[in-house]
Amino acid sequence: MFDYSPAPESKDLVKFQASYGHFIGGKFTKPANTFSTINPATEQVLAEISHGTAKDVDSAVKAARTAYEKTWSKLDGATRGKYLYRIARIIQERSRELAVAETLNNGKPIRETRDADIPLVASWFFYYAGWADKLDYAGLGSNPRAHGVVSQIVPWNFPLMMLAWKIAPALAAGNTVVLKPAETTPLTALLFAEICQQAELPDGVVNIVTGFGDTGAMMVGHPDVNKIAFTGSTDVGRKIAKQIAGTDKKATLELGGKAANIVFEDAALDQAVEGIVNGIFFNQGHVCCAGSRLLVQESVQDVVIKKLKARMENIRLGDPMDKNTDIGAINSKEQLTKIDRLVKQGVKEGGEAWAPSCVIPKNGFWYAPTIITGVSPANTVVREEIFGPVLSVMTFRTPAEAVAKANNSQYGLSAGVWSEKGSRILKMADQLNAGVVWANTFNQFDPASPFGGFKESGYGREGGRHGLLSYLKGSN
Amino acid sequence: MPTIDPEAVVGSRITNQSLSRWLHSLPGVDKVGLEARTASLGTRSIKTASKAWALDMAIQMMDLTTLEGADTKERVRSLCLKAITPDPTDLTTPQPAAICVYGDMVKHAKEALGKNKIHVAAVATAFPSGRASLPVKIADTKDAVNAGADEIDMVIDRGAFLSGNYLEVYKQILAVKAACLRKDGTRAHLKVILETGELETYDNIRRASYLAMLAGPDFIKTSTGKVSVNATLPITLLMLQAVKDWFDQTKIQIGVKPAGGIRTAKDAIKYLVVVKETAGEKWLTPKYFRFGASSLLNDVLMQRQKLTTGHYSGRDYVSVD
Repeated sequence: MFDYSPAPESKDLVKFQASYGHFIGGKFTKPANTFSTINPATEQVLAEISHGTAKDVDSAVKAARTAYEKTWSKLDGATRGKYLYRIARIIQERSRELAVAETLNNGKPIRETRDADIPLVASWFFYYAGWADKLDYAGLGSNPRAHGVVSQIVPWNFPLMMLAWKIAPALAAGNTVVLKPAETTPLTALLFAEICQQAELPDGVVNIVTGFGDTGAMMVGHPDVNKIAFTGSTDVGRKIAKQIAGTDKKATLELGGKAANIVFEDAALDQAVEGIVNGIFFNQGHVCCAGSRLLVQESVQDVVIKKLKARMENIRLGDPMDKNTDIGAINSKEQLTKIDRLVKQGVKEGGEAWAPSCVIPKNGFWYAPTIITGVSPANTVVREEIFGPVLSVMTFRTPAEAVAKANNSQYGLSAGVWSEKGSRILKMADQLNAGVVWANTFNQFDPASPFGGFKESGYGREGGRHGLLSYLKGSN
Repeated sequence: MPTIDPEAVVGSRITNQSLSRWLHSLPGVDKVGLEARTASLGTRSIKTASKAWALDMAIQMMDLTTLEGADTKERVRSLCLKAITPDPTDLTTPQPAAICVYGDMVKHAKEALGKNKIHVAAVATAFPSGRASLPVKIADTKDAVNAGADEIDMVIDRGAFLSGNYLEVYKQILAVKAACLRKDGTRAHLKVILETGELETYDNIRRASYLAMLAGPDFIKTSTGKVSVNATLPITLLMLQAVKDWFDQTKIQIGVKPAGGIRTAKDAIKYLVVVKETAGEKWLTPKYFRFGASSLLNDVLMQRQKLTTGHYSGRDYVSVD
């Protein structure tokens, strides 16, 4: 038997402090009002984190405002770009450390933080560094202006990557920021604060305030904040939209999703199966654009499901620090409970759940990769975002039916189309009501490509020139 | 050994038209997706006990090869001695599966190997180009079988395949398979070389794999080692997927042999990972997976010594062959 021996990455590559304060005006505050952040794979405490108060938020916004007025808005684009390039290079230099930190705090496998998260983080800073001195060409006429101070709130599924998606374009456009990482995954944002110090970024340009939803609400409500950028659940997105209604605050909201992954009978089936796996089991399915609804043409349903199950038997669930792990830990007990509840609901409504045989570790939060067959667009598991490694399988007979079923969702973030026929792909892309449509691939990200949704998946775009525009206004 | 009814598989009488229809109805292969999957499997980290297992398995799966115009009896004898005792400093080292030579060297190899269980494989059918008439290919095969070859590595007629003459390719494989029969009723094992580097596209490689499998060989093999692109990991993954699907469909298990360009232990381990995670554990045996290689053995031996002794030796601590 060819069993892979344990191949753990070293935990010693990162040293966390026992406790962290907020990062305000270039300095860490004294830890206060702390809560524990854990490793979801072991439930061990990694560090104590400060829960931001109104006073903390206010001093962070003040620091950001001062930095904006006195320093950052006075620098020319090339100089801002210089800082961003510097940050990008430091991220590359410290990539192993950041990958380990992210895996420890989030539970996602080291293979993904090493090969996807951290390289994308660096690429985002490199990409927007290049824009900093070219804002005249962003499409808003000459000399577009920054908004000023931006409050940014990021989720726990890609902690550092979401930070990069937010901070890189904001700084390139000339804004200063106050960012709050999710309460379960604050550590890489705090390491990023150290990187800002290392890059000698002017004090107050980036401020990190940690805490829970109440801290975030204070960041949204603060009167001296000009723009909100939020990635997270549709529920919270709705609250933010209500909170800022009637003010002149701008907002971009990147919310939930329930992507259809559509496999036609003429698709390259083996690669489509890979794409289905990558679409829903990447990052334990904690992906807003995850391909959580499989739509497979009836004529190839049996072969696709058979191949998918065979492929799923090879998925390795376990210690996220092991280099051969494909599926790590669920980020929190709360999330695990939600996934479990929704799958049980799916089975209750007549769905058939199947998971490969895999050993679930004793400690930590885990959910085996699961597919649910025998469900229809009327079922809860097909309608609600599960945000876990759970795939609902449905069939279709014609392209029109595929489009109708795919678009029958409150969300509209992403979709996938699998076909060897180019014209069909283009027609589907045209008809699918989704911000991103992947053809013969899934979950591909690039800083040059805009990303964002329709309907309850939010508004505004991140990435590319479009992502830059969210942080700029015209000069007239 | 169970056999299949080719007409049942193709769904009609075997004609060039029916073969063409059948082969072109196979699902396509997406190049980007296939190569991405392969690259992802290439990041598996194989350490300690699993590495030791993999190195020993790689040796046992090796067809230690010399296919040079300059081959001599002495050269072949030397290679056979190396196969018998790959590492004189560690007699626990397993032996490779076979020695692979040109047909006229079979008798020398048999003589050198004596009663040893290491097989002798002979390339035949106007290897490597395959450009000869069928009677010549059959004579070439029979000659090697009569000289005692245990295994025959034949090449397909790529010209016929690329011009859409699938029936010709199929018939030739059947004819060569018949020529593998010995007088005592046993049969030399047949490996069918697709020469994937000349087929170029993954779609072609999948079709050629199916066409070859229809003729009932023991192995399908990537390459001769004589063209610019030989075995690659994505091609091997694709062929492993083909034999796996074939097995699921027909219950007939066919082996895969990548050949040419696999030089390091690290590469060999990546291949084994691809075998395990594509075709499955059933293929992790010399009966169903082989490496066609020459310089690979020494690198594996060096890695093996490193695992045993804790330090790297060097090229002069393994024998040249």
